[in-house]
Amino acid sequence: MNSLSIQNLHVRIGEKEIIRGLTLDIPKGEVHAVMGPNGSGKSTLSKAIGGHPDYTVTEGDVVLDGESILGLEPDERARKGLFLAFQYPMEIPGVSNANFLRAALNARQPDGEEIEATDFYAKLYEEMDELDIRREFTARAVNEGFSGGEKKRNEILQMAILRPKYAILDETDSGLDIDALKVVSAGVNAQRGPATGMLVITHYQRLLEYIVPDVVHVMVGGRIVRTGPKELALELEEKGYDFIKDELAEPVPA
Amino acid sequence: MSTEQLTQFDIDRTRGDFRYDVKHEFDAGTGLTHDTIDYIVDVKGEPDWLREWRHKALDIFLAKPMPTHWASKDLENIVFGNIRYYLAGGQKASRSWEDVPDDMKRTFERLGIPEQERKYLAGVEAQFDSEAVYSNIKKAVGEQGVIFVGSTDGLKEYPEIFRKWFGKVIPTGDNKFSALNSAVFSGGSFIYVPPGVKVKHPLQAYFRINAENFGQFERTLIIADEGSEVMYMEGCTAPKFETATLHSAVVELVALKGAKIQYVTVQNWSANVFNLVTKRAIAHEEAEVKWIDCNIGSRLTMKYPGVVLKGRKARGEVVSIALANDGQHQDTGAKMIHAADETTSNIVSKSISIGKGRATYRGLVHVPKHLKGCRNNTECDALLINSTSRTDTYPAITVRGTGNACQHEASVSQISAEQIFYMQQRGLTEAQAMSLSVNGFVNDLVRQFPMEYSVELKRLIDLEMEGSVG
Repeated sequence: MNSLSIQNLHVRIGEKEIIRGLTLDIPKGEVHAVMGPNGSGKSTLSKAIGGHPDYTVTEGDVVLDGESILGLEPDERARKGLFLAFQYPMEIPGVSNANFLRAALNARQPDGEEIEATDFYAKLYEEMDELDIRREFTARAVNEGFSGGEKKRNEILQMAILRPKYAILDETDSGLDIDALKVVSAGVNAQRGPATGMLVITHYQRLLEYIVPDVVHVMVGGRIVRTGPKELALELEEKGYDFIKDELAEPVPA
Repeated sequence: MSTEQLTQFDIDRTRGDFRYDVKHEFDAGTGLTHDTIDYIVDVKGEPDWLREWRHKALDIFLAKPMPTHWASKDLENIVFGNIRYYLAGGQKASRSWEDVPDDMKRTFERLGIPEQERKYLAGVEAQFDSEAVYSNIKKAVGEQGVIFVGSTDGLKEYPEIFRKWFGKVIPTGDNKFSALNSAVFSGGSFIYVPPGVKVKHPLQAYFRINAENFGQFERTLIIADEGSEVMYMEGCTAPKFETATLHSAVVELVALKGAKIQYVTVQNWSANVFNLVTKRAIAHEEAEVKWIDCNIGSRLTMKYPGVVLKGRKARGEVVSIALANDGQHQDTGAKMIHAADETTSNIVSKSISIGKGRATYRGLVHVPKHLKGCRNNTECDALLINSTSRTDTYPAITVRGTGNACQHEASVSQISAEQIFYMQQRGLTEAQAMSLSVNGFVNDLVRQFPMEYSVELKRLIDLEMEGSVG
C-alpha cells in the first residue's frame, strides 16, 4: 500500500513506444535511483507518471498508495502527493516565486480556505535559508532569467514547501557545478525520511555520491534490466552501460 | 466537481448576468428618426440649442458610412432600426439610495455599488438604462466646489462651463458613432474640479444596461481646472440577451494647465454587446491625462482612448488590457496627437486572446515637423492562449522633424503546454494555471490600478479562464 508502484508500464509518444513494460516499486522511506544511457526513456518515465498529455500509456498501471493515478489529471496526481523535479524547469513570466508557491499550497487546502501569509513566509524563509537562497528571490518571476543552478535549487525549494509523498528527481544534477550539486543534494537529503519515497533519475554516478540510494535500477531500452544495491552504480561508472547491454540475452535497440 | 459547486460558479462567473423586470415610464420606442430626438428632448426638457444640435448630429450619423473599410464587418450586423434609444423612469437622480426605485436599487446592491461607495469613493453616479437613478458626492468634496452630476443636470445647471467644452474635444462628426451618441445621448457624468482642488478619493460611475434591444449612449464631460487633480472610475455590466445590445458612449476630458486626470475603466460586458466608444482628452500646458482601460467581455469593442497634447510639456498615457474570449473581438488601442513642444506620451497595451478570441491593437501617434523635444514610447504585447486565437497589430506612428523621439516595441507570446504542465504538476488546475499565467502577463500594468480595481480585474480574469477550459 505505502508505495509508488509502476506496473508493467508501456508508454508511447505518438506512434513510438518508449517505455516497454517497466516495473518498479518505490516504498515510502526509500530512495531509488534509475540510471541509464541517453535515450533509454528515463525522462519519458517521469513525464508519464506526472501525466503529461503528450505521453500515452498503452498498458500497465501507476499506483500511488494503493490507488491508480493514471486516470487523473496532472494536478490531481500532484495533490495526491506526487512531485516532479524537472530537468528543465519552466519559466513563468510575471508570476513571482512567492505567489506561485502560495497558489500551489492553496490548491491543496479545502475549498475556500487559504494559508495564512505569515505562516507561509516563515516556512518559505526557513527553507530558503537551508538552500542558501537569498530573500529577494521571492519577488522574482518563477525561473525567469535563472541560472541552471538557481532553477534546480528552486525545484528543491518547491519540493520542500509542498512536502510530497513521492518525489521524482529528473536529472537534477544536469547543469550543476560541484558547489551547487552539494547544496541541492543536501536539500534533498534533508527531505529524506519515513514519509517520503524518492526516485532519482540520473545518467551519472556522481549525483549518487551525494544522494546515496537504497536501491539502484538500470534502465535500458524502456525497461529495468538490472536492480541492485548502491554499489551497482559504481560498477556502472567503471564499466559503462555497454557491459549490461552485452549481458542481456536479447539485443535492446538504443 | 459537484453540481452544487457548478451552480455557485455560474452565479459568480456571470455576476452581471441577472435582470429584474423594470417598467419604464418613458420609452422612445424602437428605431431612430428625427421624431425619436424630439421625444428625448421633450421628455428631458432640454433647451432649443440642444434640440438643434441633436438633429444635426442625426443627419451626420445617417450620412456617414460604416467604417468597415478598416474595421470589422461585424458592425454591419447592428440593426439600428431594432434598437430602443431612450428608456427612463422619469425621476430625477436621487441623492439617497433610499429614494431609488426598489428594482433598480436591488440591481446596484447586487453589483456591490453602495458598499463600495461607503468604503472608498468620493462620489457615485449609477446609471440604469438611459438615465442616472442615483448621484451623490461626499459632502466634504462638494464643499470644495467639485461638481459631479449627470450630463443633463450639468447642461441645465452649469451651462456656462458645460457649453464651453461640450463637443469641443470630440466633434459630432468625428466618427459615425460619436455622431450617433451626439444625436441621442442621455446619462453619463459631468464633472468640474475647481483650480487647485485635489480630489483625494475616486469618483465612480456605474453603467448598467437592463433592457433588451436597447442602446446606452452616455455622455461624459470632465473638466479639471488649473492645477487640480481627479480620478474617475467607471464600471459596466449587462445581462446576457439573445439579441445584440449597443453601448456607444462619448467621453471628453479637459485638463487645464497643470491639471491631472486619471480615467479608469473596467468593463465586463456580456457577449452580446457592441461596445463602440469614443474617448479623448485635451491636455493643456504641463497637464497630465492617463487612461487606464480594461476591456473584458462584449461581442465587439472598438475603443481608442486618445490625448491631444495641446500645451507645452503636456503628458498623455494610455494603459490598456484587453481580454478576448471565444466569439469576442477586442479592437482597441490609443491615439496620441502631439501639438506642442516637449510633450510626451506613453502607450502600454497588453492583449490576451483565448480560444477563437481576437485582439487587435491600433495605435496612432502623431508628431508634426515643427515641434521640438517630443517623445513617445509605445509597447504592445499580445498573449495567445490557443493556436486558434488571433492577434493583429496596426501601429501608425508619424514622427517628423528633428529632436523628437519615438520608441516602439511589440511582442507576441503564447502560453506553452509545457508551462501549463509544469504548473499543474505543482497542484494547480489547468484553469488556475492559465489564470496565473495571464495575471503574470498583465501584472506590471495591474499594479498601476487602484487596489480595489486590481482585485476586481484579477477576479474577472480568473472567471474568464475558468470558463475557457473544458
